[in-house]
Amino acid sequence: MNSTVSDQYRALADQAERARDRQKPGEKILIQIGSATCENAAGSVDVLDEFRKHIAASGREDIVLRRTGCTGRCSREPIVGILVPGKMPVKYERVDRPLVHEIFTRHILQGEPVLARILDGPLEKLSQHEILTCQSNRCGWEGAESLQTALARRLGDLGITPDQVRITAASCFGACGLNQLGTCSHMLVRPDKVLYRVYNEDDLDEILQEHVIHGHTVDRLKVVEKTVGRKFFEMYGDVAFFNRQSRIALRHNGIIDPESIDEYFHYRGFQALSTVLSKGDPQWVIDEVTKARLRGRGGGGYPTGQKWSMAAKAAEKTRYIICNADEGDPGAFMDRSMLESDPFNVVEGMIIGGYAIGANRGFFYIRAEYPMAIRRIDGAIRQCRERGLLGKNILGSGFDFDLEIRLGAGAFVCGEETALIHSIEGERGQPRIRPPYPTESGLWGKPTVINNVETFANITAIVNYGAGWFSRIGTAASGGTKVFALAGKILHTGLVEVPMGTTLREIVYEIGGGVAGGKQLKAVQTGGPAGGCIPAKWLDTPVDFDTLAKAGSIMGSGGMIVLDEDDCAVDIARFFMTFSQDESCGKCTPCREGTTRLLEILDRITQGTGTLADLEKLERLAKLIKKSSLCGLGRAAPNPVLSTLEHFRDEYIAHVTQQRCPAKKCVALVHYEISAEKCVGCTVCARNCPVTCITGARREAHIIDQVRCIKCGRCFEVCRFDAVQRL
Amino acid sequence: MRKKKIKLTIDGTAVTVDQGTTVMEAAEHLGIHIPRLCYHPDLSLAGSCRVCIVDVKGMGYYMTACSVEVWEGMDIQTNSPEIRQARRDIVELLLDNHPKDCQTCERDGHCELQNLAYSMGVRERLFEGRRKQFPIEESSHSVARNAEKCILCGRCVRVCAEIQGVYNLSQHGRGFHTVVAPAHLAAMDDSVCIQCGQCINVCPTAAFLEKRSTDDVWKALADPKLHVVVQTAPSIRAAIGEGFGMPPGTPATGKMITALRALGFDAVFDTDFGADLTIVEEAHEFLTRLKEGPLPMITSCSPGWINFMEKFYPELIPHASTCKSPMSMVSTLAKTYYAEKKGIDPSQVYMVAVMPCVAKKYESRRPEHLMPGGTPYTDAVLTTRELIWMIKCYGLTFGMLPDGQFDSPLGLSSGAGDIFGTTGGVMEATLRAASELVTGKPADRLEFTEVRAVEGLRQTYVAIGDRNVHVGVANGLTNAKVLLDKVKEGREQFHVIEVMACPGGCIGGGGQPYPPTGVKVLDPELLRKRAGALYSIDAGKTLRKSYENPSIEELYDAFLGGPGSQRAHELLHTRYSAKLPRGVR
Repeated sequence: MNSTVSDQYRALADQAERARDRQKPGEKILIQIGSATCENAAGSVDVLDEFRKHIAASGREDIVLRRTGCTGRCSREPIVGILVPGKMPVKYERVDRPLVHEIFTRHILQGEPVLARILDGPLEKLSQHEILTCQSNRCGWEGAESLQTALARRLGDLGITPDQVRITAASCFGACGLNQLGTCSHMLVRPDKVLYRVYNEDDLDEILQEHVIHGHTVDRLKVVEKTVGRKFFEMYGDVAFFNRQSRIALRHNGIIDPESIDEYFHYRGFQALSTVLSKGDPQWVIDEVTKARLRGRGGGGYPTGQKWSMAAKAAEKTRYIICNADEGDPGAFMDRSMLESDPFNVVEGMIIGGYAIGANRGFFYIRAEYPMAIRRIDGAIRQCRERGLLGKNILGSGFDFDLEIRLGAGAFVCGEETALIHSIEGERGQPRIRPPYPTESGLWGKPTVINNVETFANITAIVNYGAGWFSRIGTAASGGTKVFALAGKILHTGLVEVPMGTTLREIVYEIGGGVAGGKQLKAVQTGGPAGGCIPAKWLDTPVDFDTLAKAGSIMGSGGMIVLDEDDCAVDIARFFMTFSQDESCGKCTPCREGTTRLLEILDRITQGTGTLADLEKLERLAKLIKKSSLCGLGRAAPNPVLSTLEHFRDEYIAHVTQQRCPAKKCVALVHYEISAEKCVGCTVCARNCPVTCITGARREAHIIDQVRCIKCGRCFEVCRFDAVQRL
Repeated sequence: MRKKKIKLTIDGTAVTVDQGTTVMEAAEHLGIHIPRLCYHPDLSLAGSCRVCIVDVKGMGYYMTACSVEVWEGMDIQTNSPEIRQARRDIVELLLDNHPKDCQTCERDGHCELQNLAYSMGVRERLFEGRRKQFPIEESSHSVARNAEKCILCGRCVRVCAEIQGVYNLSQHGRGFHTVVAPAHLAAMDDSVCIQCGQCINVCPTAAFLEKRSTDDVWKALADPKLHVVVQTAPSIRAAIGEGFGMPPGTPATGKMITALRALGFDAVFDTDFGADLTIVEEAHEFLTRLKEGPLPMITSCSPGWINFMEKFYPELIPHASTCKSPMSMVSTLAKTYYAEKKGIDPSQVYMVAVMPCVAKKYESRRPEHLMPGGTPYTDAVLTTRELIWMIKCYGLTFGMLPDGQFDSPLGLSSGAGDIFGTTGGVMEATLRAASELVTGKPADRLEFTEVRAVEGLRQTYVAIGDRNVHVGVANGLTNAKVLLDKVKEGREQFHVIEVMACPGGCIGGGGQPYPPTGVKVLDPELLRKRAGALYSIDAGKTLRKSYENPSIEELYDAFLGGPGSQRAHELLHTRYSAKLPRGVR
């Protein structure tokens, strides 16, 4: 062990802690406001401004405003958290200026939370305590019934009402050390932030008696280790969308101020780096990452330890490490969220990676469309340099490392590693043939490791909490968790981080809240534009790299789009093919020419002019592109076509043989009619028709002029009598 | 060191090859020619056309034979039904986005895409849809760009960058809309293009072509008022036969002359005469430079190189020989000396130059090469390919033509003039002359094999009298950059440097015949054969020194008044100016 490194780290951490303590965060009312791009777009800048005005007007000095990143709860943003010392943290959704006023006057000044606007609420009453129980199968305890059932029963026996103590099932707190594995369960008592080990019913009783009733912490059972994601549960544990997740890469999102290195130090920031540099053995890092079974989160799933090992073994000593933040999948924003909400964590992961492979220079390749991510990473790099965490002789270890930012100009293909390298070199962003692989000959011909943002975001957790712990989360082939961007026809859209191997069903129904509007789930499209559709019948597929590949899809960077009965399989394939065709770099023939032809055929089919022979051509071309394209993008581009052809062939056939779109989605194949029996002549449809092609007198059945109708569907949406029919 | 041997199986046959061999090369050991398009042995690997895909057992996707090196136990299928279909479909995809105008295309019969479509069995179109549309770009004097015919193999981009060091061409846009063009989609004329035409040579289709001059020449030949004369560059005779099925390296001087007469030219002159004259003038210039500087003197016959110098090395302009190129000397003399001698009004003389070079088309239009009245000394420049086509169009059976003789007074040449057409030739001819001029004694040898540099770059010391002359020879401008940078940075002192823009010199020029099937352009073997033809012509001549050419002596005596004279300067020398790309000062 190198004592210099740990001493220097301790000094820095103490300095950060003192700076933070001066603000006395524990004694003040904290107002947390999400401030990532998405939050800002939803209006959080106004909200921040409004709170600032209210605080100034109130003259109170015990109220602190703090920016956090985004929690990934997209449809409910802006989200504001109110932390009153000793009280349950309250999160509000869709906060606007009037609500700020209400929150400030009622909640902050009078102590009465605005229950109607609580995140994923409304609530009738806020309980005094909340007990979160672990639902993970790694937990176990002596009781015959589950901890949750026993807890409910004991509370009833004690006459404690849900107003006083609310019970919530949560996923793993990450507190199951090797010694206790399977012998005890865990529960977190909020708002006191105490995590307990519970072995048997006596323990349970003691906690209820001592802690809940008398307010004394049971030190005997208290978990003293800082476990991963615990801060997140302490803040967001009551929200179903969050408490079934296992947050590792996203563990600080929505918790810490992404622009403050002091804050990051407080949450074990740079402890992993200190550990690594103290050991002074790059191979140890590689071994840990290998043991953790961490696989590249950018989509390919290549074992990270193996990649690092190859670069570390290269004869050439000048090496580079690159963070691929060229997130380009439509609808994917997990990388942006991590860069904006927890930039120091990614930076620290990169420094560790650089140390492991023997690189002294690293690059962030961030797409230029992410200005806030760029600003926050830039700020993080600057602050790290100021504290000596980047630059020469980091923490006195003798290791030199620095980071630079390079901006991507928005070409999807530049997420492909060889194209990305070309882009950094100033060349045209096109992939090149491999081998040689970048670990052998990458940036400027030197051995180069390129990892995704999420991969780097996991590194500090692996070092801090142990490779063994990490590898136990997930499946036999891939350790840890994966972040997904859940979107489409789902109740709760947003960022979801779950262990590898979680089934699609759990993600869609338990976290996502199921299909919106009570419709039938049709398929889940995973992996972005190059992914495939997994039909509803395969909903129990555990999600990891290999199972998804077997199901004809890919993990990709983690896009997950839920499709319902109103989505047409052909239209979905066409949508993604439009993207792939547009983003094809143009280098190799199958992708450049082939995707164009695929799109033309899909266009024909959705227009109702396709033929059965087109289906054969579609399949033949798709397979050709998949097997003969130059890079991974081309090879994956036909996946949406192939998987929909496999699972929804009947829909394709209906399009070409009957000119019918079963989902009634393809505009060319549907038309609108008004049922004379149902129409009451309210004229709403006629007034809403943008081309005024609906005629009819008041209180008489209306008629659509089929020639002039543009099939926008507006009449269908506005009719309250189900008189307008889509046929 | 002996290379490790690798055992593998190709189409069920075991084969052992050296480690590092590609699948494509390994298949060739078994006599299997894997079809290819973007691959070129002298250019970097692109792997972009995907035509050379093979099925490697255990791999989830097809691999490109051009790029993948063999490994022990590799099991390869080059011709399974799936692979054949995949290749066929890839070629069809290329064809589907390509004009359907083979019959009217200049490359009909020489088109690699056409050949592939035939050999891959594309007999119907399965996937046809929209086609890209671009206008033909004809701003340049030399090179026409037709992006609709481009199949984006990238060979032109690579030759421009890797062989010529010009980096003018690159791909723009992306996906289906990708197009090869100069930076910022500039017009060729407004780009750093040096007009060498190597893009035309390597293009598998007709996306790049020379600007056609055949119509002008036909018209002139049909005009009774015009006295139409023609001159042929040294390297034409070494390559023209290839256009008529003769094996590369067959000299065809006599048949070429007869063919030109048959086409109707009133006099057939030899650019070699101009080459001899260039040598005499250049040798005098060199003697002056030896005394007064600046040294080194760099040859100026290659117009591609001159363009390159004006655009990229303007600081070296004082080093370039002020001698006009042999073509321009002959053209100038045809409209002065010859016209005077013949009693023809110079404006009635129409000079056609047959050149291996497309940059000559630009050279002929340089303001420095215009007659006082503003008409060019060289009225039209034909490439070897254009002349071959004209002969075919006329219907001459080239192989059966009797041998003809060049016309005087611009037709007699020494062997030194012949070898101008190959790299090192100008240097060798200069050394033959200079050694006598410097020492005042007849040269003790005629052949300076040490400067014959088919490999692209050579520098050596040659003893001339008591002097040790440091000479450099380069062909291909990437090679030339090595020498030029040394001069520019003052790292090495040279006396003479010969630069030819094209690989192998004029014999590998941008206007030379498309090589026969199975032979790639830039192939050193092909270039060696063409060079061999010129060396054999030189060796077969008794007259081998430019100085001893009696026609030259007569010219000086009767018209110019001695080498380096005032009149010689006016008519046979030129000047250059920096032509920096837009935005560069």
